Amino acid sequence: MTALARSIGIRLGQAIGLLLAVVIVVFLLIQLAPGDAALYLAGEQGVGDAEFLAEIRADYGLDRPMLVQLGTYIGNVAQFDLGQSTYFSEPVLGLILDRLVATVLLAGAALLFSVTIGVALGVFTARRPESPASHGVTVLSLVGFATPVFWLALMFIVVFAAKWGILPVGGIEDVRYEGGWFGETIDTLQHLVLPAISLGIIYLAIYSRLARASMLEVLESDYIRTARAKGAHERVVVYKHALRNGIIPVVTAAGLQIGNLLSGALLVEFVFAWPGIGRLMITSIFRRDSPMVVGIVIFSAAMVIIANLLTDLVYRLIDPRIRVGGSR
Amino acid sequence: MTDLGIAIDSSTETGGRGAFRMFLRNKAAVAGLVVFTFIVLVTIFGPGIYGQEAHKMAAGPFLGPGDDAGPLLGTDYLGRDILAGVITGGRTTLFVAAVAGTMAMGLGLVVGSLAGYFGGWIDALLMRFTEIFQAMPSLLFSLVLIYLMGPGTWKETLAIGLTLWALPARLTRAEFLRLREMEFVKASRAIGSSDRRIMTRTILPNAMPPLLVAATLLVVIAVLFHAGLAFLGMVDINTVSWGSIMGKNRNYTLTAWWTVAFPGIAIVITGLSIALIGDGLQDAFNPKLRGR
Repeated sequence: MTALARSIGIRLGQAIGLLLAVVIVVFLLIQLAPGDAALYLAGEQGVGDAEFLAEIRADYGLDRPMLVQLGTYIGNVAQFDLGQSTYFSEPVLGLILDRLVATVLLAGAALLFSVTIGVALGVFTARRPESPASHGVTVLSLVGFATPVFWLALMFIVVFAAKWGILPVGGIEDVRYEGGWFGETIDTLQHLVLPAISLGIIYLAIYSRLARASMLEVLESDYIRTARAKGAHERVVVYKHALRNGIIPVVTAAGLQIGNLLSGALLVEFVFAWPGIGRLMITSIFRRDSPMVVGIVIFSAAMVIIANLLTDLVYRLIDPRIRVGGSR
Repeated sequence: MTDLGIAIDSSTETGGRGAFRMFLRNKAAVAGLVVFTFIVLVTIFGPGIYGQEAHKMAAGPFLGPGDDAGPLLGTDYLGRDILAGVITGGRTTLFVAAVAGTMAMGLGLVVGSLAGYFGGWIDALLMRFTEIFQAMPSLLFSLVLIYLMGPGTWKETLAIGLTLWALPARLTRAEFLRLREMEFVKASRAIGSSDRRIMTRTILPNAMPPLLVAATLLVVIAVLFHAGLAFLGMVDINTVSWGSIMGKNRNYTLTAWWTVAFPGIAIVITGLSIALIGDGLQDAFNPKLRGR
C-alpha cells in the first residue's frame, strides 16, 4: 500500500468514527430531553390509558434498555435507515434526498461564486496593496462578517425583485412555465441568482480578505523573487507560481466553512421558499416531526464530514508537500 | 508576590499598556468602541427615554418612515413603532449574545486548556469530542437543542452557547500547546508550581490576547445567531428582538420594507462595531505592528 492510500484510508476510518459519535451524541441528547415519547405518541392517537402506553412502548422498543435502543438505532443508520417521518409517513432519508439537489445547487452556487470572485478580488488587491480597492476589500469583509444573511436576502428581494422586478422573489421554478428543458434550466438559474448571491456574498467577504492576505505573503517570498529574477512573465509568476500557494488558506477555509454554509443555506432557503433540506428542517420543527429533525441533523453532519474529507483530498492535489508527507 | 507574579507583571507592563496605546491610535477601533458603547447605552436607557412600548400599537399600520402621521421609522402591520422596536430589541439580542458568548468562551477555555496542557490521551479524547460538535452545522444543532428544550430566552442562550464553544476550544488548545514549551513555563514547573497554577497563572495570561480577539468575534457570531433563531420564530414570541421584528414582518417585506430594513441595519452596525474592536485588539496585541 502506498503512503497516500494509507493516509486516505486512515482519514476515511476517522470520518466513519466521527459520524458514529455524532449519531450517539444526538441519540443521547434526545434521551436526556424532557418528555416521554410514548406519552406524546399516545396523545397523537387521543388515548392515554396505561395499557395503550405499554403497547406503544413495546411497539417502538421504548421498554428496552437504553443501550439496546442505541445499538438498534446505530444499526439502522448504518443501513441508511433514518426512520419514518411522523408527518409524511415516509422514510426520512428518501424525503431528505428529494430535497438534496436543491440544497446542493444553492450551496454549490454560493460556494463557487464566493471562492472564484473572492480569489480574483484577493489577487487583484494583493498586487495593489495600497489602492482604494484593497482597502475596500478590508471594509467589505468586516461588513460582510457582521451582516445577517437572511436580512441581506430580504433586502435583495426588496430591491431586485419588488422594485426593479428583474428576478423572481422565491421558489425554484416558475410552475406556469411550459417549454423545453433548456427553458426550464434558464428558469431555474434565474431563480437561483438571488439566493446564491445573498448566501455567497457573506463568504465572498471572508475569502477575498483571506486570499488578499495570503497572496500578499506569498508574493513577498523568496521563490517568487527567484521566478521574477529568472525573467518569468509577471502573469506567469502571479497565476502559476503564487496562486497555487496563495489559494491554500482559501481552500482550507472553504472546506471548514461547509457546516456554516449549510446553516446559512437554511436561512436563505427559508426566505426564498427554496425547496431544500433547510426549509424541510424548519417546517419539520414546527410539525414536531422528531425523526425528520434528527435525520436532517445526522445527514448534514455526514455532509460536513464528507466535505472535510474531500477538502483533505483537494489539499493533497494542490500542495505536493502534503501529498508526500501524508500529514498536515 | 512570587517571581512568577513578577514575570506576569512585566509582560503586562509592556504588553498591556503598549497594546492599549496601540488600540487608541487605531481610529476605526476607537470608532467601533464609541458606537458600541452608544448602542449599549441606548438599549439600557433608550426604552425609558423614548417612552413608546415596542409591542404596543402606536399609530396606523404600514406608515412609512418619515410619514407625518406616524413615528420616525414608520410602523409595522399592527401599527407598532419600528423605532421603539429597534431601541428595545437590542436588549435581548445583546444580553443573549453576551451571555452565550461568555458561556462558549468559558467552555472552550476549559476544554482547550486541558487538552493543550496535558496533551496525550486527554488531548485526543477532548479533541475528538470537539470534532463531534464541529461536524454538526451550528444553526441546525442549536435548532435541535431548542426543539428539545422548548423556547425561552435562557434556553436559547444555552443553545447558542453550547453550539459555539468548539472554536475557542481549538484556539485555546493551540495557544496552550505553543506556550507550554516556553522557557518561563518550564521555569515555573521547575520551582514546583502545581498544574493548576501553571495553567491559570502562567500560561493563561499569556494566551489572553488571541483569545480576547476570538471572544469579540464570538459575540458577533452570537448576535447573528440569535437574530437568525428569532427570525425563524424559534424564540420566546413575547420578547421583542431585532431578529423577531424581522421574522414577524417577513411576509410584509414587499409592502413595508422599513419594518425589516431598520432592525437589520441595527444588527449590522452592532456587529460591525464589535468586529472593529476585535480588529483593533488584534493589531494592538501584534508586536510586529507596534511602534508604527
